[in-house]
Amino acid sequence: MLLMSAIVSGLGLGSMYGLMALGFYLTYAVSGTVNFAQGSSMMLGAVLTYTFAQTLGWPLAPALLAALALCALYGLVVERLAVRPFASRGSNAWLMSTVALGIVLDNVVMFTFGKEPRSLPSPLAQAPLEIGGLGLGVYPLQLLIPLVGLALAAALHTLSRRTRWGVALLAVVQNPGAARLMGIPVRHAIMAAFAVSTLFAGVAGALVAPLFNVQADMGTLFGLKAFVVAILGGITSAWGVMVAGLLFGVVEALITVALGSGYTQIISFTLVIVMLAVRPNGLFGRADVRKV
Amino acid sequence: MVPTRRSFLLRATAAALCTAGLALQPALAADPIKIGLITALSGESARAGEALTRGMAIAIDEINAKGGLLDGRQVVLVRRDDEGNPAKGMAAARELIFKEKVAVLFGGLDTPVSMAIVPIVNQEKVPFMGPWAAGTAITHNAGKPNFVFRVSAMDEIVDSAMVQYAQKTFQTARPGMILVNNPWGESNEKGLNAALAAAKVAPAGVEKFQPNDLDVVPQLSRLKAAGADTLFLVGNVGPSAQVVKSLDRMGWKVPIVSHWGPAGGRFTELAGPNAKNVHFVQTYSFFGKQGPVGEKVMQALKAKYSDIKGPQDITPAVGVANAYDGMQLAALAIEQAGSTDGDAVRQGFYKIGRYDGLIKTYEQPFTPASHDALREDDYVWTHFIDNRILPVKGVQ
Repeated sequence: MLLMSAIVSGLGLGSMYGLMALGFYLTYAVSGTVNFAQGSSMMLGAVLTYTFAQTLGWPLAPALLAALALCALYGLVVERLAVRPFASRGSNAWLMSTVALGIVLDNVVMFTFGKEPRSLPSPLAQAPLEIGGLGLGVYPLQLLIPLVGLALAAALHTLSRRTRWGVALLAVVQNPGAARLMGIPVRHAIMAAFAVSTLFAGVAGALVAPLFNVQADMGTLFGLKAFVVAILGGITSAWGVMVAGLLFGVVEALITVALGSGYTQIISFTLVIVMLAVRPNGLFGRADVRKV
Repeated sequence: MVPTRRSFLLRATAAALCTAGLALQPALAADPIKIGLITALSGESARAGEALTRGMAIAIDEINAKGGLLDGRQVVLVRRDDEGNPAKGMAAARELIFKEKVAVLFGGLDTPVSMAIVPIVNQEKVPFMGPWAAGTAITHNAGKPNFVFRVSAMDEIVDSAMVQYAQKTFQTARPGMILVNNPWGESNEKGLNAALAAAKVAPAGVEKFQPNDLDVVPQLSRLKAAGADTLFLVGNVGPSAQVVKSLDRMGWKVPIVSHWGPAGGRFTELAGPNAKNVHFVQTYSFFGKQGPVGEKVMQALKAKYSDIKGPQDITPAVGVANAYDGMQLAALAIEQAGSTDGDAVRQGFYKIGRYDGLIKTYEQPFTPASHDALREDDYVWTHFIDNRILPVKGVQ
């Protein structure tokens, strides 16, 4: 029973890492750049959901939609302010400027949202699941999270292969120059990629917020682990990062159950180093050749 | 510019006004006495930090209204946010000591931050007053002489009180410890083990959790499997709330006797409805019949802070109470010292005779052997009902 609740909890957190890592994959594939402050985007999703649902009292569905729309907008801001000025000149300074923008966002949120952690209640995180009166040790929300994560990953996969826009995106991934010659708006593709990337992070934040507390610095460790997961999965493979995320989450949970949380970070990150030593391109990274 | 008669008149008038202004100024007040406060002003314990600020502010207002200290010098409070981070606390301590030249430094909400500041104040010979952090080693440190004083609970004593309260209230026979994995948790592990040994009770087990752990179910499950009938909890607001939530998820109903971590923030909001099951220690409560000092402080709080309309709004009360008495005692020490010299003030603390304070009447609160002004009899057992800290009914 303890094992089961640990695995469910691990799958939940793991799919959050995977969702955020998908954001890394998307922008990296399309433009060779990432928003290093993905954790701040995740925090933004949680904070905005809290603001609309709790502070302003909106019903959950419009609150979520508004929060996610603003997250996507934030992605456009990141691309315009922190990435495009540098990437278009062939500079790597977007590495630091995205981090800087993330720090700015964290502090702006601290000023406006407040310095204390707040609780975002959810009907799915109030009573633990029971089978025959025996508590399973998990909330329904914890089962929902991995399902949503995998559904979004599947949606991304399908949309990118079956729709015009998706195929255009793949063309940009394969060869931006040729895509431009074919009339595909490369700049718009990059903007869209960043918007979707922060949207995914926002979804992760909103889903995970009722389980933890909403605060301005909640995203930092998540973002770091998401980046590790992205590298672990091979940043060039969407399914790879998702699987890597789930794996990382479950391994973390199992270590906590077996040894206690003092050892979790040490062992899980050591395993990451070992994995990368064995497979430097990540677990699933490979040269991706696909005809568009 | 050719000096014209008009410009000469203008300049002369200006000079005359300046001189008149200077002459009319009241005898230039001597430099103010700065008192520093380093605490968590952001993060989960922000409310506690704000309570410390308010307690000190009310005391300082009173002192200044009576004419200040050391022949009319006004007292001024200088604050810094340590964000619960020892490194930031140390940097703030150095800034307040060297740049602001504070006479007395108040500080530490978190034991790890206080522990980091203690060596600095002992080395620079600046008196340090702790109004919250309870780690035993804060006042029991290696400083010769020791510049650290405290008006607050002390872990060793709290732990003994926790064991006695658990035995009396819940007939505890096999307690499990669930402690935060940092210096504060370690300080209490020592204290609890000592208190249990003295009571001849064997613990079911000791489990630790990281301060930012989100899921404590594994640790709690191990305690449950070992047959724990009560939990001793030590942790700040956030992790304590996660312990309560984890117990909810497990469906395990067990009495929880806690140190005062939950008092630091919005415990009920973060932990949910079962927050009321956590009984924790406090040094003061503004509920019930107040003495004259209590009434005076409540009036001052209501007058100064618009969000305080009654005792339910003074949460956490211990922050306000400890800081108020601490500041008044520091003022007495400075007067006894006759100066703001660090070592003189330190000795001034020992010379304090009787002080009718908020928490109690202090009689020679500090001696070279004891730098802690509060004892076991000064503790009150409370719990959260909604967002107010109320004494547990039917106890004591």
